[in-house]
Amino acid sequence: MTTTIEAPDGDSGDAPVSAAAVTALGSPEDYPGTVTGGYAVVLSPGLPGSAPYDSAQNVTTMSPEGLGDVLPHVPHVPTAAEGGYASDFVRSVRNPNAPEHAGPDLPRALSSRTQDETLSFCGSLAGSFAVVWLISTQIMPFTGRVGFVLLWFVAFVAMYSGVTAMANPRTVVVDRVAGAVVRAGAIMVFGALLSAIVFTFLRGAEALVHINFFTEDMAGVRPTSSLDHGGILHAVVGSLIEIGIAVLFALPLGVGTAVYMNEVGGPFSRVVRTVVEAMTALPSIVAGLFIYTVLIVTLGISRTGIAAAAAIFVMMLPIIARASDVVLRVMPAGLREASLALGASKWQTVRMVVLPTVRSGLATALILGIARGVGETSPVLLTSGASTFMNTDPFNEPMNSLPLFVFSAVRSGEPLFIARGFGAASVLLMLVLLLFVITRFLARQKVGSR
Amino acid sequence: MTMLLEPAEAAPAPETVIEVPRSIDPALPISDKVFFVVAKGIGISVLVIMGAIGVFLGLQSIPTFRRYGFSFFTESSWQPENDVLGIAAVLVGTFTVALVAMLIAFPLALSAALYISEYAAPKVKSFLISMVDLMAAIPSIVWGLWGFFLLQPKAIHVAHWLHTHLGWIPFFHVDTDPNAAPWAQSRYAASAFIAGIAVSMMVLPMAAAVMRQVFSQAPIGEREAALALGSTRWGMIRTVVLPFGRGGIIGGTMLSLGRALGETIAVVLIISPAFDIKFRPLEIGTSTVSALIAGRFGEATSAQLSALLTAGFVLFVITLIINTLAATIVARSRSGANAD
Repeated sequence: MTTTIEAPDGDSGDAPVSAAAVTALGSPEDYPGTVTGGYAVVLSPGLPGSAPYDSAQNVTTMSPEGLGDVLPHVPHVPTAAEGGYASDFVRSVRNPNAPEHAGPDLPRALSSRTQDETLSFCGSLAGSFAVVWLISTQIMPFTGRVGFVLLWFVAFVAMYSGVTAMANPRTVVVDRVAGAVVRAGAIMVFGALLSAIVFTFLRGAEALVHINFFTEDMAGVRPTSSLDHGGILHAVVGSLIEIGIAVLFALPLGVGTAVYMNEVGGPFSRVVRTVVEAMTALPSIVAGLFIYTVLIVTLGISRTGIAAAAAIFVMMLPIIARASDVVLRVMPAGLREASLALGASKWQTVRMVVLPTVRSGLATALILGIARGVGETSPVLLTSGASTFMNTDPFNEPMNSLPLFVFSAVRSGEPLFIARGFGAASVLLMLVLLLFVITRFLARQKVGSR
Repeated sequence: MTMLLEPAEAAPAPETVIEVPRSIDPALPISDKVFFVVAKGIGISVLVIMGAIGVFLGLQSIPTFRRYGFSFFTESSWQPENDVLGIAAVLVGTFTVALVAMLIAFPLALSAALYISEYAAPKVKSFLISMVDLMAAIPSIVWGLWGFFLLQPKAIHVAHWLHTHLGWIPFFHVDTDPNAAPWAQSRYAASAFIAGIAVSMMVLPMAAAVMRQVFSQAPIGEREAALALGSTRWGMIRTVVLPFGRGGIIGGTMLSLGRALGETIAVVLIISPAFDIKFRPLEIGTSTVSALIAGRFGEATSAQLSALLTAGFVLFVITLIINTLAATIVARSRSGANAD
């Protein structure tokens, strides 16, 4: 291992071990808690008997003195990270004319930008912008900002790959182009998400600034009435009542089914699982049509809140059962088995081990299911009927809800109603965002409690 | 399952003189009996509810199939007043919208998933993952508004550009003159193309989430081996991550395809209904099965209602097949059988 290849600073294989160790480790104060062989060898001569013996009992604050007692004759073998033999040897063989590499070996940085990369990126960005601007405004005029951005990106990729190819091998060109494409795709996805949220709130702001928008219903409000009149309170209340009833039934049944499939098992549970998984494919409009046909047409129930709640329930039940099933299935089997091995019954295991363990994961899955249920329009479109007045009785009279209000308001074509629709959509979005923040909060709690 | 056959002396009972092996099949405590009965009851009731829907839809389809026979699948118009009903046009429309949606959603979902799992800094990774979750929770009506009010005025220019330069491909053809001095903007609006973009935003997060999850399970040893051999980041992705995640890519795409086929509200908001069989997504007018149901349920008589239910049943069967295939593919890729 000892090499004869010279390094200019004399810190290669021929150097004394202790010197290499001291340079590599720095001053002792930098490593107060480090327990290594090198530390003990370097420090124990310098601090004879200075450390009290009682501190040696504590392993974490073990003094160099105590360490010297425990490990009296540990010679220091510099590891590769400390710039010892092995790395020096490799480096010397690979590149003998690299004097600046006296320090520790670092992992190859995949993401750090070299000057070449930064410059070719910025240059291509500016150059392609100029070219596309020239083409689109001077030579071959066309309308539309979207087209401009798309063409700009195409020109950028072409130029970027060309510039990179001037000084780099093909693999680097491919790597940079692929990176640019992947990043652009990700930017588009998150840009679309952001634009949808911002756009809804911007267009909704017109209606949201009026207090009466939150405190009144639409009873007696004419289509041309200004935004000072009428509000969406009836839709908010209706949405909450409908989703409340649906969750009241879907939650215990969905979680109960998941518990049954995972904790009780048996051949029959496999049938249940197959059917539940199949029903997650049921389009929400078909769920609504089913409730419409059975409850409203066949049984003669009029369009009410309870019918809408039933449609949301049918739509949500497989989603919640499936999501809970996934959460329960990934729970480590060891915990369950440990509980059973201690003599707990199945029910005790479920109540004291399984459900507390998956609680936060379950809550996250359930709230996401609720968010999906509250925002779905097609089941309520067929079943609830759009009322303009406040109705808190789910069994009589139609009951409006937020998504349905948005839909009918936007379809009316009346500009003021469209503004109200956007206002209601903003409220719906806020509700979903609120539910989402709650799930994030629960998910973070899970990390903290572990 | 965890009660192993233990030797009797492992747990000596102090009182008994004759050591009897512990019974490994003890009587269930009463709480467990109740638990089993209740859990099974819940399972049965959910099975009954879910099964009833499937059976009901299937039974409702029988009179329709008996009356219209196979022409239900080949007839394109939906004219209940003339007793002519068929879902050929709406099925074609459904698949056109879904095809456009997947053409847009697939590359975007793939790059978003790759970015999150391979390019993003560790600090922002969990934030981006939750952003994808948030995107999945955005109500479809919001995506409908986004598509109708924000996207449509811009997308018709893209559609016009595509028609002008690629119009010789039948897929991009629009039945109007692209070079007319004021080109007919309305011919490009309310099309399957614009509805497809809105639907793609709805189904994209599901595909991205599945793909990212599979990518993140790519074996770390193989990643490091590729990098140690001097591979670039893209080289590592191409040779390790993508082959490993192939099942997730296919499965996630199919799962989101299943959802794209059933999307209603965004499609209803954007398209203008038309019942002719055509593969021209840039042109105004199309219809999907779900839009048909949403538009026609109100004035339907009981016979028409059962025809609508049949259309819904056909849609359900299609999405069920696609979802089952997708779930099989994802499950196989996760178990590692697909990884070589």
